[in-house]
Amino acid sequence: MTALLEATGLSLRFGTVPALDDVSLEVFPGEVVAIVGESGSGKTTLLRVLSGMMRPEAGAVRYRDPEGSVHVVHEMGEAAMRRLHRTDWGFVHQNPRDGLRMRVSAGGNIGERLMAVGARHYGSIRAEAAEWLRRVEIDPARIDGMPALFSGGMQQRLQIARTLVTRPRLVFMDEPTGGLDVSVQARLLDMIRALVADLGLAVVIVTHDIAAARLLAHRLLVMRQGQVVEQGLTDRVLDDPQHEYTQLLVASVLAA
Amino acid sequence: MTALGYNFGYLDENTKRMIRRALLKAVAIPGHQVPFGAREMPLPYGWGTGGIAVTASVIGADDRLKVIDQGADDTTNAVSIRRFFAKVAGVETTERTGEATIIQTRHRIPEIALREGQVLVYQVPMPEPLFRLEPRVSETKRMHALADYGLMHVKLYEDIARHGHVAISYNYPVLVGGRYLMSPSPIPAFDNPKMDRMPALQLFGAGREKRIYAVPPYTSVRSLDFEDHPFRPVRADAPCALCGSRESYLDEVVVDDRGGRMFVCSDTDYCSTRQATREAAE
Amino acid sequence: MAYVAVKGGERAIEAAHAWLAEERRGDPVLPELSLAQIEAQLGLAVDRVMAEGACHDRGLAALAIKQARGDLIEAAFLLRAYRTTLPRFGASLPVETDAMRIRRRISATYKELPGGQVLGPTFDYTHRLLDFALAAEGGVPEPAPEAPADEAPMPRVTALLAQEGLMAPELPSEAEPRDLTREPLNFPAERPLRLQALARGDEGFLLSLGYSTQRGYGNAHPFVGEIRMGAVTVEFEPPELGFPIELGEVTVTECQMVNQFAGSKTEPPQFTRGYGLVFGQGERKAMAMALVDRALRAEELGEPVEAPAQDQEFVLYHCDNVEATGFVEHLKLPHYVDFQSELEKIRLLRREADGE
Repeated sequence: MTALLEATGLSLRFGTVPALDDVSLEVFPGEVVAIVGESGSGKTTLLRVLSGMMRPEAGAVRYRDPEGSVHVVHEMGEAAMRRLHRTDWGFVHQNPRDGLRMRVSAGGNIGERLMAVGARHYGSIRAEAAEWLRRVEIDPARIDGMPALFSGGMQQRLQIARTLVTRPRLVFMDEPTGGLDVSVQARLLDMIRALVADLGLAVVIVTHDIAAARLLAHRLLVMRQGQVVEQGLTDRVLDDPQHEYTQLLVASVLAA
Repeated sequence: MTALGYNFGYLDENTKRMIRRALLKAVAIPGHQVPFGAREMPLPYGWGTGGIAVTASVIGADDRLKVIDQGADDTTNAVSIRRFFAKVAGVETTERTGEATIIQTRHRIPEIALREGQVLVYQVPMPEPLFRLEPRVSETKRMHALADYGLMHVKLYEDIARHGHVAISYNYPVLVGGRYLMSPSPIPAFDNPKMDRMPALQLFGAGREKRIYAVPPYTSVRSLDFEDHPFRPVRADAPCALCGSRESYLDEVVVDDRGGRMFVCSDTDYCSTRQATREAAE
Repeated sequence: MAYVAVKGGERAIEAAHAWLAEERRGDPVLPELSLAQIEAQLGLAVDRVMAEGACHDRGLAALAIKQARGDLIEAAFLLRAYRTTLPRFGASLPVETDAMRIRRRISATYKELPGGQVLGPTFDYTHRLLDFALAAEGGVPEPAPEAPADEAPMPRVTALLAQEGLMAPELPSEAEPRDLTREPLNFPAERPLRLQALARGDEGFLLSLGYSTQRGYGNAHPFVGEIRMGAVTVEFEPPELGFPIELGEVTVTECQMVNQFAGSKTEPPQFTRGYGLVFGQGERKAMAMALVDRALRAEELGEPVEAPAQDQEFVLYHCDNVEATGFVEHLKLPHYVDFQSELEKIRLLRREADGE
């Protein structure tokens, strides 16, 4: 397996509603894959299953570690899973409050992941935190500031810094620009694009924002009622949509 | 049976066996909190019931018991617990650290080094070192199981960022045997280094929270710190006004209402032994 | 200046205890309270001490109240500390509250129901006016009028609802419930364990929590399906006999709250039960317990767990007043070693702040 992450035949129902219906997906190193669709299409469920936070009823998710060994994500123990989530993986929540410790300073938020993997030199942790604040365009002078006093956009950038500080290879993002003003969204998307390119990150991003997907993603999956109705290179899917649902999605963006 | 109609050491033998099983498990997994079925004791929860239960389970007729609170043998709670055991176990009691086989303590470790064969029993009000950061026991148990202690380091980081120092002066968290994060009970951080590789057996009882834990002899006990901000215990910068010691932990005594104060050893046995030695020399 | 460390803790304690004994007795000119008087005339205090002391013995509870100078939490503690030393011969069979010899039985959900409403000795509908006649030592009241005993059975309201399939059934289990007094709490705590903790929990704490569920912290829609109070038979089956023998009767109060439940993926909409059972006549406690029991079932019923009363760890770790009072009151023990280290730390931090 050369992919970083490989999902095959994922299915999951909520009661009688199919949330995932035989979904398969590969993510290669350095690749940005966007999952688009309306609310309720199953895209967030897919992200939660891929990242090991939710268990599928059928199918499997495999992950290749930096040494090249392959692991079945839902068979990993809790300890291994936690370690993975703070080293080789990252997760950016839609609401930064879910990904930050609101009563811990910006520097402490970034430093937590470093300390969790064994960093014990205060000066270096702080220097690294300051460097990451700079990278996400937050004034390093605010290193001891509390996230609660930051704007929504700053909180989201802080969450990204906290996630990326341990240099993960694969990052899951759940509507990272949701809930932000349009101007703030654009700036954040630019920043994410630059970081992804600089660090060679692989990203699985869930979004209902077709424009965001076009800006960031190499590849696109269109979901509807738990199924992937269309997938392919971003430009191909958006410029020449084959499935009528995709056509509808693209048209609605153009109309808006 | 003692004259009171209670079993030796107050607790019935089955309960003592249950507690000793928990103690064995605790010794086998240094620093790990073992749940146990704490019983109501005739003293209130929070007043040393855990320590009393542990002492009652390990004490034998040949033991010599010392009880200290705040380092002193004559504080009211120490007196009360010592009298309790004199009554229900009929054991010999002592105020001399060197002569005791079991020392039950609240908030201090004696100044003189303990030796092999002695047992130090700590009274623990709150065994969970993470409780201020995470109040949920189900979550802290998971954190211990996974050795997920990043949060504790975040707390130390925040202290240094804000104050330039770790702002914990007592109940300073330690890592036992390189594995379990442990509360040393509310002893001053000054006492932490005494726990490291101590020849005596250290037992911890938390009655209200129903947990027992232990540090076997010669186990490593490291106070959490950063490489560039090493652990630094503090004591009042003064000699003891009674015995002149510059090494012991000191209590501050307010002597008048005009700001007058003096410092004396908190370990009363240590202090009086030094005074006696000095008088004998004169 | 000479300094002598404070000594004489032992003598001080003895003197304090002597003073306490004197205060407990009060003015020796007045006649001493007898245990029989406490048992008979402060019966609800006795009931509360038995419930929270988790030990059914009216005489010992009366003694505890006398010894504790009327401090009921202190009295419950005395009873608990005594109870824990008693040998354990085994567990009684479950008491049959269906077969209760009823002194009070009311329902708020049906006006008329088989067996009728029996008010019993209740404060309900009394006007809360101080009765100065009592202050003048009212003497013996006229005997209350007695109706002939009604032999009609008194089925439970929840059973009536269950007949229609509207009441979620409780899953029967033969499993030996865990014993809170022998094993530490573990989470998630199963319902039998939760009910044990609530049954000996502090009445005031449960009352406030139950109240909070009515005020929107927990989204409860409770109805009193039934409250019944009376005597039940306690039976014990010694293993060597193989059949149960009657040990005697105890008075208990039982409350079944009926709550709306919207249904879930697997369950149709129906009513669910909150259950309260306490020693003696403890209606307020039984009702509060039933509210909190239902709130604590949120998780198993797939409801969001948001309010304090729905939070198992919060409720069960804090409802025990013997534990709570011990830990709160331990703050008055000396803490000067810790305080000293805080003093030194603060002085250090201030010195450095000044130096900057």
